[in-house]
Amino acid sequence: MANVFGTPLKRREDPRLITGNGNYTDDIQLPGMLYAAVLRSPHAHARIKRIDVSAAREAEGVSAVYTGQDLAGKMEPIPTAWLPPDSDMKTPAHPALAVDTVRYVGDGVALVVADDRYTARDALDLIEVEYKELPVTVSQEEAMKDGAAQLHEDVPNNLAFHWKAGEVPDEVFDQAEVSVRQRFNQQRLIPNPMEMRAAVARYNPGSQEMTIWCTSQNPHIHRFILSGVLGIPESKLQIVAPDVGGGFGSKIPVYPDEALVGFAARDLKRPVKWTEERSEHFTTTSHGRDVVLDVELAGKRDGTFTGLRIKNIANLGAYLSTAAPGVETILFGLITPGPYKIPLAQVETYGVMTNTTPTDAYRGAGRPEATYQIERMVDLFAKEIGMDPVEIRRKNLIAENEFPYDNALGLQYDSGNYHGALDKALEMLDYEDFRKEQEEARKQGKFLGIGFSTYVEICGLGPSKVAGQVGFQGGLWDSATVRVHPTGKVSVFTGTSPHGQGEETTFAQIVAQKFGIPQEDIEVIHGDTNRISMGWGTYGSRTTPVGGTAIGIAADRVIDKAKKIAAHVLEVSGEDLEFEDGAFQVKGVPEKSISFADVTLQAYLAWDLPEGVEPSLEAQSFYDPENFVYPFGAHICVAEVDGETGEVKIKRYAAVDDPGPVINPMVAEGQVHGGIVQGVGQALYEGAVYDKQGQLLSGTFMDYTMPKARFFPKFETAFTETPSPVNPLGVKGIGETGTIAATPAVANAVVDALQPFGVKEIDMPFTPEKIWKIMQNGRGEE
Amino acid sequence: MITSAFDYTRAESVEDAVQLLVESGGEAKLLAGGHSLLPLMKIRLTTLDKLIDIGQINELKGVRKEGDRLVVGALTTHKEISRDPVVKRELPLLAEAASQIGDIQVRNRGTIGGNLAHADPASDLPAVAMAFDAQFEMQGPNGKESLGVDEFFFGPLITALPENTVLTSISFSIPPEGVKSTYLKYPHPASGYAVIGVAAGVGTASDGSVNYARIGITGVGDVAFRAEGTEQMLIGQRPTAELIDEAAGKASEGQEMGSDLFASDHYRQNLCKVYTSRALKKLLSDK
Repeated sequence: MANVFGTPLKRREDPRLITGNGNYTDDIQLPGMLYAAVLRSPHAHARIKRIDVSAAREAEGVSAVYTGQDLAGKMEPIPTAWLPPDSDMKTPAHPALAVDTVRYVGDGVALVVADDRYTARDALDLIEVEYKELPVTVSQEEAMKDGAAQLHEDVPNNLAFHWKAGEVPDEVFDQAEVSVRQRFNQQRLIPNPMEMRAAVARYNPGSQEMTIWCTSQNPHIHRFILSGVLGIPESKLQIVAPDVGGGFGSKIPVYPDEALVGFAARDLKRPVKWTEERSEHFTTTSHGRDVVLDVELAGKRDGTFTGLRIKNIANLGAYLSTAAPGVETILFGLITPGPYKIPLAQVETYGVMTNTTPTDAYRGAGRPEATYQIERMVDLFAKEIGMDPVEIRRKNLIAENEFPYDNALGLQYDSGNYHGALDKALEMLDYEDFRKEQEEARKQGKFLGIGFSTYVEICGLGPSKVAGQVGFQGGLWDSATVRVHPTGKVSVFTGTSPHGQGEETTFAQIVAQKFGIPQEDIEVIHGDTNRISMGWGTYGSRTTPVGGTAIGIAADRVIDKAKKIAAHVLEVSGEDLEFEDGAFQVKGVPEKSISFADVTLQAYLAWDLPEGVEPSLEAQSFYDPENFVYPFGAHICVAEVDGETGEVKIKRYAAVDDPGPVINPMVAEGQVHGGIVQGVGQALYEGAVYDKQGQLLSGTFMDYTMPKARFFPKFETAFTETPSPVNPLGVKGIGETGTIAATPAVANAVVDALQPFGVKEIDMPFTPEKIWKIMQNGRGEE
Repeated sequence: MITSAFDYTRAESVEDAVQLLVESGGEAKLLAGGHSLLPLMKIRLTTLDKLIDIGQINELKGVRKEGDRLVVGALTTHKEISRDPVVKRELPLLAEAASQIGDIQVRNRGTIGGNLAHADPASDLPAVAMAFDAQFEMQGPNGKESLGVDEFFFGPLITALPENTVLTSISFSIPPEGVKSTYLKYPHPASGYAVIGVAAGVGTASDGSVNYARIGITGVGDVAFRAEGTEQMLIGQRPTAELIDEAAGKASEGQEMGSDLFASDHYRQNLCKVYTSRALKKLLSDK
């Protein structure tokens, strides 16, 4: 049988999704279902002086109206799940509905439950709230200062934590031959998956069981947390993530809204549905990034680096979202030296609360920020000493024979061929030719630039022991059950929760390869806590390296058991058998074999099983990786800046990524494409803008620029495949590489294009006017 | 993204629509394609008690040539305009501009009358209306009326369309034979609306000098305008690159530029020059 692993099979998910046969949370209809709507604060910071819900309660079709006061004592606050150690962490309460103070525009104030969503929405207008506006703080740097508006009594100076890793003595910088300093503002982004958030809750008063369907990337984490918030034992709480239309990290957190529908469904003894509106999404679903980085890189005139020091001031928003405290500390900090040999590094992060929407993981989660600073710093350092950006990378990239490599902050990079990836990218795009073209173009008043991004990321989250050490309040192993049915069809249950990435296809490929059976015979089941014993979900490019590995191990266990049965049937020893093309074969005796399907049937009939072998054919794995995995690659962007308008166009984009062995090149390429688009989105287009009163000015698609297909050239992509020694499949993860690599590649290209204007750094997004002004200023100085 | 409750009535004819408007006592709005009005209602920037749907009044659809004017029924969709053979022959610029409005869904539903009556300052068609002397035909309780383009647009989302009146058609002057035209637009990367849109038509005499120049600009201010300074500078001259640049520099003369999150007034002024120059060079260089 031909290899299935490594084949570009079309995604089996797509026919149902693109023909409207998906089953999203909002598609769920239950008898007697009510609809909920949330009244949200129009102010960024205010005291609730008075709230009158009587008119809403009396409106026809309204079943109930709840305020924060009504819920007090009946529901626990929404907790954060990441407590970075030794960081003087504060954990202010986040009630599902504001009790007396609202802290950002979008903060929930009241919940209306009605016969239909229109009645619920109209009833919101009947609620009268009298607010006393309080001083507002939006910028994290302002919020830290004495005298700034205070969000939470128990968080002095709005500082939720101060985390630090590594130590670089001042002498390293004082005595360095070269020292480069730069501040980077990484703007706030709004995830905007195609499907917005939604939740449906059903409560059975007889059995006291509750089911909540919701848009989750990690239903077991939702169960874990909501069980505590709602006071329902996990054994009576089922969370289902049906088809989920993208998340990009924004569907990791447990939000007040899921808890509220659960509360209302139990209180009213009727199913309740809530579906987010797009304008609601802009203000209430977690945002990403929003950090200010001050970076120093020390080194020698010959281009070697000696030390890296970073201060990160991170904007956490008004409450601590589920994974937020880990994003700008652990996920950002430890990988900041990137793929380079930097002997000393120090990172500290100030986590600051402001009157803005809470931030949390957004595709890449900390690693894009880390990669941006180091890739920009390397270019700035090269510029400072007059070295070519490719040469300085070649000089400092960790060499193939240096793995496993311990970076300065305690991570051990598993495997890599960083030079190989860069070489391959340079084969795709002729660098010398480009420099000639660039020079010619400049003579004609056209500004071309090239940008490199040689990155490494930390993926496959992660070893549970490390999760504990870094304060993540959960494990990061994952589970798989591989169940072969009597007819030979297979069900695979995974604790990860794919929501658009394509693992229903790629996981089937793993099992098809193992069993030598058609991939069509394999179903992949995910996203239901009642069908899957436990799991930690999909994020951090962990689904394949952790969840996929668990499946591989469980499949191997199935084969081990099947082999015992086959040996018994064939009356040989297990050692005499080989398993190939879906059959157990006695070595050297071609006519003596038994198919996998026949063994399966025997396992279920159990008429004649070997001594000590139990009936049925299924196996489970709870796989906890020993290390993270470290995908890497090299991206090259060629950009052209319009000299008259400042508009930036991507002319070419070459990406070489190494996720280990590629299971499905088409799916992997799709992940790379989407990632690049989001990474370029940050560099050129996207950015949340608040005014001083904390109002989100970029609150619709009229102002917030989502990247569109017409903005991009055809991407040139390729893979190198360096297996990871961490897991038996050797796989590393491909979900976030694009967003991690692309943003600095574009930034480096644009800064390169603008060299004639003496540019060092530009704040993202590089909007035409910003670039135009830089060119105007540069021209003025000529 | 849910509108407040409203009444909905479908008008059978223009007279019927006028009658319904009168009966509503100023509380009703006309609904044509719905691609400007409904989004405003959904994000609750506007709350209306009553909509009168004129979308089924077939007499308001279609394109015809009348003498030296191109007459377009108010309910003709952007897609119909962009593909109409008469439009493409007589005023190809209108088809070109219509094909750049919004996306496919918007062009399938959105109508020229709805678009112009809505008077969005970043809308594309007002530039064409300015450049080619649009005339607005209307019908109200007192019969038919007509307004020239200079009298029609008042400000952002404000027109001279009288109360209880239905815009029935818009006509444009057909440029003389040999005139070349183009619509050059910088779409806002988020909304697709024009950050600037330049509608330009230029003709040259046998000696190469410019004998016809019409330039309408939208997107940069409260209302679209004609770049008369630029036009005047070109007329009678042989268009060199230097002359075009100098003339384009006058495109925003006397106009107040708008400012928003994406682009300041200063930057929009630059776009006026650059886009007018590019449009003119495109028309005057490829002979």
